Amino acid sequence: MASLHATARRPPAAGRPRAARLRRHAWSYVFLVPGILLFGGFSLWPLIASWWYAFFDWDGVGTPTDWIGLDNFREVLGSGAFWDAFWHSFAFSFAALVIELPLALVLAILLNNAWLRGRNVYRLALFLPVVTTTAVIGIVFAILLDPIRGVVNTALTDIGLADSPINFLGSTTSALPTLIGIDVWKGFGITLIYWLAALQTIPKDIHEAALIDGANSRQSLRFVVLPMLVPLAIVILLLVFQRSLNTFDLVQATTQGGPNYSTDVVPTYIYRFAFDPFLQAPRYGFACAAGAVFGLMTLLISLMQAPLLRGRYKAGAP
Amino acid sequence: MSTTELVRETPAPAAPDRPDRRNRWYRHRRKLWHLFLIPFCLLWVYPFIWMISAAFKSQREMLLGGLSLIPDEWTFDNFDRAWTTAKFGDYTINTITFSITVVLLVLVASSTMGYALSKPGLPGKKVIIGILVVTMFIPHSYTIIPVFLLINDLGLNNGLLGAALAQASPGLVVPILLFMGFFAGIPRDLEDAARVDGAGYLRTFARVLLPLARPVIGTVALMNFVFAWNAFFVPLVFTLGAPELRTLGVGMFSFFGQEGTDWTGLAAGACISTVPIVIVFLFLQRTFVEGIAGAVKS
Repeated sequence: MASLHATARRPPAAGRPRAARLRRHAWSYVFLVPGILLFGGFSLWPLIASWWYAFFDWDGVGTPTDWIGLDNFREVLGSGAFWDAFWHSFAFSFAALVIELPLALVLAILLNNAWLRGRNVYRLALFLPVVTTTAVIGIVFAILLDPIRGVVNTALTDIGLADSPINFLGSTTSALPTLIGIDVWKGFGITLIYWLAALQTIPKDIHEAALIDGANSRQSLRFVVLPMLVPLAIVILLLVFQRSLNTFDLVQATTQGGPNYSTDVVPTYIYRFAFDPFLQAPRYGFACAAGAVFGLMTLLISLMQAPLLRGRYKAGAP
Repeated sequence: MSTTELVRETPAPAAPDRPDRRNRWYRHRRKLWHLFLIPFCLLWVYPFIWMISAAFKSQREMLLGGLSLIPDEWTFDNFDRAWTTAKFGDYTINTITFSITVVLLVLVASSTMGYALSKPGLPGKKVIIGILVVTMFIPHSYTIIPVFLLINDLGLNNGLLGAALAQASPGLVVPILLFMGFFAGIPRDLEDAARVDGAGYLRTFARVLLPLARPVIGTVALMNFVFAWNAFFVPLVFTLGAPELRTLGVGMFSFFGQEGTDWTGLAAGACISTVPIVIVFLFLQRTFVEGIAGAVKS
């Protein structure tokens, strides 16, 4: 970009349309500078740099000099704790795709009906968690689910659904499903808005035309509206996948990956190796390698999903 | 004419020849959805109701337990404790500073870049847009280490500006595309007229185009304000060595770590952290929801 900028300043040589064109756009290049500095410096460069750092044994002091080749990657791929964190991250996305996505679609179809009274109130209620801080809400849930005096356990034992209080976030078996439940609760509103936006792109006439042609409401939904949603559904799926895979706030605020690493996800894993205050010396190189492996895998999976779904859409469309 | 008749006819086939009772049930069928929707939504709202109620209960009442949502005696002690002892007052100021800085950074960088990219025939435009769109599909959470080190090297690690830079950058893509789309849709004649009147590039942008882009500015500002207010990861990493710079989310986390059993105080802290942003959202609901929906449509 800098070289383009330099060319732009040069006086236009006669008969050189390219230079003239660059000169004409000189101000536009000046306007690109803040965006490129901010985005290039803090988004693009880190993507490249984290791969570079991954080849060093480095604690962050001075410049990285201790080149160890692929050793960090070997350690990451051979580490059971990393793979556990990796699968936990995927458990969050899996739940988002299998539970949250279809459930939000059902509610979006319901709330998209003009005949439903109070639909704005329902939508508002479901959207409320989205605008609140995940970390704060996570802590509120930790209190609600407390095994000793928490409201949920009090209610469960009072009704008789549980004989003894359930230690939701404190036991290795229930902590991950509990956090996944809270994550679905928190993200539901966004997915709902995505679906509602997608439904609103479908003209009302089409649904009405199907009704006139003798289809009932359900048939129209199944054979007309849903197939038309597929292209946008792919986008929504990717957005939800990306969001759920990067769960950090909720886990860090409530369990910090515990108990016994049973809720550790890749971002908390990376965080621990780089920033944990109890750490003797940060392992930036190793943490970068873990991040790079995770980033590459998610990118591959994201790229895989789109054509797969598009193929299915083509096969399914009449 | 014939169409309207047909539309009027359509509900009929479902109804005829059916016994009256079934018909009545059919007519009220739609209301049955509320039986499902009301409990479902209560599940979504309950934690907030609990949070507000607990914030006004006395610590003694909380210790006794019970499921009542209405405090026996209302008290402001919890807010007092959270605001001064747990320093939520400072955290609120930090959060406001941090969020406004993020919004300003995003607005300046995305409006200028969006305007430049809206120019037809700008050499290198396609490459830049391509890079922006591709990076949208790469997760950003794991790149925190180079960001952290870069901000350290710039000497910005002991202020909220460093954190704001790290927070603003990954969120730039959608605003840039929004501004680009908006400016590209404005007739060229308008810019030409401004130029004829003697306005340069800068003045055309600042005096003619930016005022027109007010709806986009509003959406971008609101979205990024809410996101920055709710940010946790970036402020956490950048305030590890500077507790006085903590934002509300990070402050809540450390309060929970130190005073995990002070539930009423924590509830008051949670209210201080979430109620302002919920109020902002309630007033500007439509803008916010449309901003989120824009991610799907664009």
